[in-house]
Amino acid sequence: MAVPAPILQMSGIGKQFPGVKALDGVDLRLLPGEVHALMGENGAGKSTLIKVLTGVHPIDAGTIELLGEPVAFGSPLAAQGAGISTVYQEVNLCANLSVAENIFVGREPRRWGRIDWPRMRARAAELLARLELDLDVSAPLSTYSPAIQQMVAIARAIDIEARVLILDEPTSSLDAVEVEQLFKVMRSLKEEGIAILFVSHFLDQVYEISDRMTILRNGRLVGEYLTKELSQVELVAKMIGQELAALEKLHGEAKVFDRSLLEARGLGRAGAIEPFTLTVHEGEVVGLAGLLGSGRTEIARLLFGADHASAGDVTMDGTAVSLRTPRVAMNHRIAFCSENRKSDGLIPDLTLRENIILALQATRGWTRPVPREQQDELVGKYITALKISPPNPEHLVRDLSGGNQQKVLLARWLILEPRLLILDEPTRGIDIGAKTEIQRLVAQLSDGGMAVLFISAELEEVLRLSHKVGVLRDRRLVAELPNDDDLTMDVLMETIASGGASGGRAE
Amino acid sequence: MRRLLWPAVILAVLLLVNVFFTANFFSIQMRDGHLYGSLIDILRFGAPLILVSLGMTLVIATGGIDLSVGSVVAISGALACLQISQDAGVFTAVVLALGLSVLLGAWNGLLVAVVGIQPIIATLILMVAGRGLAQLITGGQIITINSPSYKIIGGGYWLTVPFGILLVAVVLAITVFLTRRLALGMLIESVGGNAEASRLAGIRSRGIIIMVYAFAALCAGVAGLMISSNVSSADGNNAGLWVELDAILAVVIGGTSLSGGRFSLGGTVLGALIIQTLTTTIYSIGVPPETTLLFKALVVTAVCLIQSKSFREKVFGRRRRAVPPSPAAEEKVRVTA
Repeated sequence: MAVPAPILQMSGIGKQFPGVKALDGVDLRLLPGEVHALMGENGAGKSTLIKVLTGVHPIDAGTIELLGEPVAFGSPLAAQGAGISTVYQEVNLCANLSVAENIFVGREPRRWGRIDWPRMRARAAELLARLELDLDVSAPLSTYSPAIQQMVAIARAIDIEARVLILDEPTSSLDAVEVEQLFKVMRSLKEEGIAILFVSHFLDQVYEISDRMTILRNGRLVGEYLTKELSQVELVAKMIGQELAALEKLHGEAKVFDRSLLEARGLGRAGAIEPFTLTVHEGEVVGLAGLLGSGRTEIARLLFGADHASAGDVTMDGTAVSLRTPRVAMNHRIAFCSENRKSDGLIPDLTLRENIILALQATRGWTRPVPREQQDELVGKYITALKISPPNPEHLVRDLSGGNQQKVLLARWLILEPRLLILDEPTRGIDIGAKTEIQRLVAQLSDGGMAVLFISAELEEVLRLSHKVGVLRDRRLVAELPNDDDLTMDVLMETIASGGASGGRAE
Repeated sequence: MRRLLWPAVILAVLLLVNVFFTANFFSIQMRDGHLYGSLIDILRFGAPLILVSLGMTLVIATGGIDLSVGSVVAISGALACLQISQDAGVFTAVVLALGLSVLLGAWNGLLVAVVGIQPIIATLILMVAGRGLAQLITGGQIITINSPSYKIIGGGYWLTVPFGILLVAVVLAITVFLTRRLALGMLIESVGGNAEASRLAGIRSRGIIIMVYAFAALCAGVAGLMISSNVSSADGNNAGLWVELDAILAVVIGGTSLSGGRFSLGGTVLGALIIQTLTTTIYSIGVPPETTLLFKALVVTAVCLIQSKSFREKVFGRRRRAVPPSPAAEEKVRVTA
């Protein structure tokens, strides 16, 4: 086999945290000119492995070799100095500084002790040109899209003579076009011989970009595989450690929807979403598909009263309603799990129990507290039903993992027993186990008669769960397609891309 | 409850210091059917500050701040004394003064919650304008009154205990009931913890914010009655001067974060008592008058540092856990990287 010598070789890595063995005998090798995907569920040890590699934590066992030389990094700076650069999930740049300043912050080119601005700008432009980007490097970073900001973070990383580039969930806030742009950059870096370690929850992306993958489970190595030799189903099975029946059809026999629950007619908001018409029936799952920023979230927010509509009207059970505020929508038993659970969902300082009963308490007002026994009963019930971990109601929500936070948010709304549940990206950034649990829950709820508006960037998920799919493009609902045998991923993508051959069906 | 540990320790230390300077510091005597003693004095003189701090705690928990409480103290005392000097009943005077305080607080809340002005600016308006309003009420003079029944509020006794202490106990009990037995506390913490998420959870945060500012002003109004009653006069210029700063300090020492969210009423009471004890201590150990402010500042700085968890870990925690040398350097590297 003509496998070149690895740039980086980690063997038998072990890491112990108080009470948990985070890593146990893990091997990882990165070959030059390859994209290597690190796969595993949340808690499998991916982040810990990256952290010991980049010197954030010391290792307890094993060796790390860089170009054949044993190394041990005492700090991230030392790892960076040795050519191992990391771009983290949350872009940690300063939006108020210029692009060039962001790239060179902390190591500005100097002359006579003063910052050499012209040289800094010229070098920043050069670096970005390497990524095929043409930006105004003196403009504030905030003027560019998240994707461009991500590229700037990469530009910053590869300037440090990088031999190894680690990308931790770089695509979680990017839309399809932006992901493609990022992949183009990754491919060209690959050709320069850089080894790239790529972490992502999106299986499709992993299959598109990676050459080789290492799978972890519960801190142990499952194995290293060539991407083209491992099918997606096999990969998922290896990640969760069991043959997964998750790809089964989630809904039983076809249902007939005859009782309309909510009808939006010509509902719109200037600058956010063009007027649209949409009917949701009892027990129906309506999927919304479209690119990031195509107006999916805007529809959800209008139906929940989070934003004011500038046109159109809404009827529920045949009576006109005015959804002015979230409270009014809640009184009509509409619930909304927002896309951004950190900023628009949870209260990090409050406990799991308080976060779960928050919406119920809000509807009762502050003068009528939910009795403690009832709180404990409700919270206990949902901790068990949704398998929230840790199962301690007094745990602070800020310390929970992403998947569990999402479940807490779901529980908050489920205890209100809504008639319409709006889920905006409920499975983003959470591991495959929690993801299938949430999907199964949505199917169950709709079988029980609850209507669900389901928004997701993953078309496969929308397709599996929905009875009907609304397609959005450029802030317009361009098509409404019944989910029958004719509707496939290809048709859906075609509709998103073309703006809907059957655009008239949106009425 | 571990949150209250450090404020309690600090208060205990401050009290112990006094033993060396004041004989029988901890003794409480019964004289003429009234309780007497240094501890009773600390409670009695600290009562207005505790009241103001309780209101401030709730405001700070919503992520706001109220700079106008000192002015409300002056306005409330001025209006009550004016009424009494014009032969109105004490009851009428008290109701009018507290009613005006609540109105002023609601005005603050309106500016913050509805108009959307930043709390520090919104309440700065009343902080400055309120002093003027108090002087308008008193006509620029110090109003002196002679009303034995009004005197009870700040200087009287009931069942051997100073009336002011009882008043604080009642207000504290009501506050604890509203926030911890009813759901007000959780909703306040939610609004302070994440305002947008609270709105999307269906909480009507406007009403809650207006309510806490009105409550803070009500507490300040009661404190104003207490202060003016104690000296039987209203001074629009100096009554309640800088009390807002002491109150903010008390809240912070008590462990409530200035960024809002979780609050601790017990901690605030301890914080206010620490500040009052410090003032008493300064007098009893005989710090020269020209250096008292500086001395107080140094002690407060020390108190805040001891109370800060990250500071304690840096100074005490490192030594206990024999970590490799130059921890500071390592810390710095991590920050830049």
